[in-house]
Amino acid sequence: MSEEATLKTGRKQIRLAGFGGQGIVLSGMILGKAITIFEDGNAVMTQSYGPEARGGACSADVVISDERINYPRVTVPDVLVVMAEEAARTYGPNTADDAIVLVNERLVKTIPDKPGLTVYTIPATDIAEELGRAIVANIVMLGFITATADVVSYEAMKQAILDSIPAGTEELNLAAFQAGFDHGAIELMNEE
Amino acid sequence: MAKKTAGKTAKKKKKTRKKPESAIGPRVVSDEEEKAVVKLRKRAKNKRKESRPAVLLSGNEACVMGALAAGVGFFAGYPITPATEIAELLSQELPARGGTFIQMEDEISSMAAIIGASIAGIKAMTATSGPGFSLMQENLGFSIIAEIPCVVVNVMRGGPSTGTPTSPSQGDVMQARWGTHGEHSIIVLSPNSVEEAYTLTVKAFNLSEKYRTPVILLLDEVIAHMREKIHLPSEEDTPVFNRVKPTVPPEWYEPYEDTPSLVPPMAAFGDGYRYHITGLVHDTHGFPTNKQNEIKAHLLRLRSKIEKNRREIVMVESEMIDDARIAVFAYGSVSRAARRAIVLARSTGRKAGLVRPKTLWPFPEVAIEQLAAHVDVIIVPEMNLGQIVREVERKAAGKCRVVPLNRIDGKLISPEEILREILEV
Repeated sequence: MSEEATLKTGRKQIRLAGFGGQGIVLSGMILGKAITIFEDGNAVMTQSYGPEARGGACSADVVISDERINYPRVTVPDVLVVMAEEAARTYGPNTADDAIVLVNERLVKTIPDKPGLTVYTIPATDIAEELGRAIVANIVMLGFITATADVVSYEAMKQAILDSIPAGTEELNLAAFQAGFDHGAIELMNEE
Repeated sequence: MAKKTAGKTAKKKKKTRKKPESAIGPRVVSDEEEKAVVKLRKRAKNKRKESRPAVLLSGNEACVMGALAAGVGFFAGYPITPATEIAELLSQELPARGGTFIQMEDEISSMAAIIGASIAGIKAMTATSGPGFSLMQENLGFSIIAEIPCVVVNVMRGGPSTGTPTSPSQGDVMQARWGTHGEHSIIVLSPNSVEEAYTLTVKAFNLSEKYRTPVILLLDEVIAHMREKIHLPSEEDTPVFNRVKPTVPPEWYEPYEDTPSLVPPMAAFGDGYRYHITGLVHDTHGFPTNKQNEIKAHLLRLRSKIEKNRREIVMVESEMIDDARIAVFAYGSVSRAARRAIVLARSTGRKAGLVRPKTLWPFPEVAIEQLAAHVDVIIVPEMNLGQIVREVERKAAGKCRVVPLNRIDGKLISPEEILREILEV
């Protein structure tokens, strides 16, 4: 039966996972905003988290489709971002066969390695620390997604970030976005 | 604060707009004319939509926007996952608009505070989740018997007790119906999208004002935290109903008079109408009574004002149901998984369709009676161990099979699970 195929048609599924406090839900929201508001596309974002204020596995699901989105959760991610070890263990095994997996290098040991996957390890936390604050590692990752995953344009993502962050942090966040984007662009060039 | 449309005008306006084509008159409309009109209307609608900027909102945020559009002026509550964002946003929006936000010491007092505000003539609401909703039950009964309009949002999470705070659930469906004691009717609405979180919040306020009764909005965690793009309707597309006030001089005012509409006009405290409010069964003047005929008349009127207006209150949406042999009856976030499953089932040739109640209580009895007469089986997926399915079974009354599909592990039911059930039955 062709259900699996039908399930995937016209749908692109992105899962961002990490621990509470890493800005996972915010990243999902920014990605959703970039697609829906700044590209006038169609996307639905949901989140999953634990009762802890910080720590604990946490994920944000973004479903993109040209058609009406019924089921709002990601079933099999086409793009999986893992920002922390626990998330990698929980969500790593479940991806599409040809998924792109983005791994936050320093905080993840269990790197998904199924054949068919395209895996990038990115020093997102290190880049963020170099820029001044580890807290923008999520924005570095958004830059990397923009460069490598072909889900959203540079301009839309930039607008969405500016639209979602606290006033006064524009410079830091844009630097983080740019650093992530550049890193992704270089990775792509190296591949070719 | 929102526009002050007098109750009657708002009602009239709505009626003219909703009038179906066939009711206009005997003039025969050709197919082409009809098509042209539909096209024009669609274009006008799209234009209206386009003129309003799109926003990416969560269900909780949309609920707040709906409440503000409906004219809420008072919120009292105690923050609780997964309803907190409603309080958070209203704590900014209400004071900025001249309204009042109070964070109370608990949910018992929260419910009491919104009743007080409503008696003073202000549209009032609270938002909570299971544990808080349990505490609100006593005063919920008070607002029913004293006929105080208010809106209570319950974003369902896993229970009982503090349960699983961050997981979705549909475990409070029966609590919403029977949580407060005594014989009563109640209105409970359940949205399945961010847009509907907006429109049904407006509807909740309107029904509450119109029928002088608390209205419960049952969201689940998925809908509350899900973000979708919506175009907020303009003011003209958001009909607002305000409670009917007395026009008689204060000395003639009978606060619980049995009027033809079954809903007596409501004076605000401070308007110059002095009257008594109590949680005891009362006579038409608001004073406690023990007379058999008065007790019965009071309780029957409270019931009738809701049950006799099912036509307006009960909202059900059907899709792909005309030729369906298998129906899925689902509400809230689960209905989205159900729709996905039905689309997939149709692609394999199974004749499946969706019936989705936006109103859970009063239960859509007629819809189920009609459905049971023309399908072979009704599948009822719920994130509980079977609550609304009992009502479906009761009204299907053996005319077709009714199959429950339940999940209580804190995860949303998936389209695959429902599809499997459709293929098996």
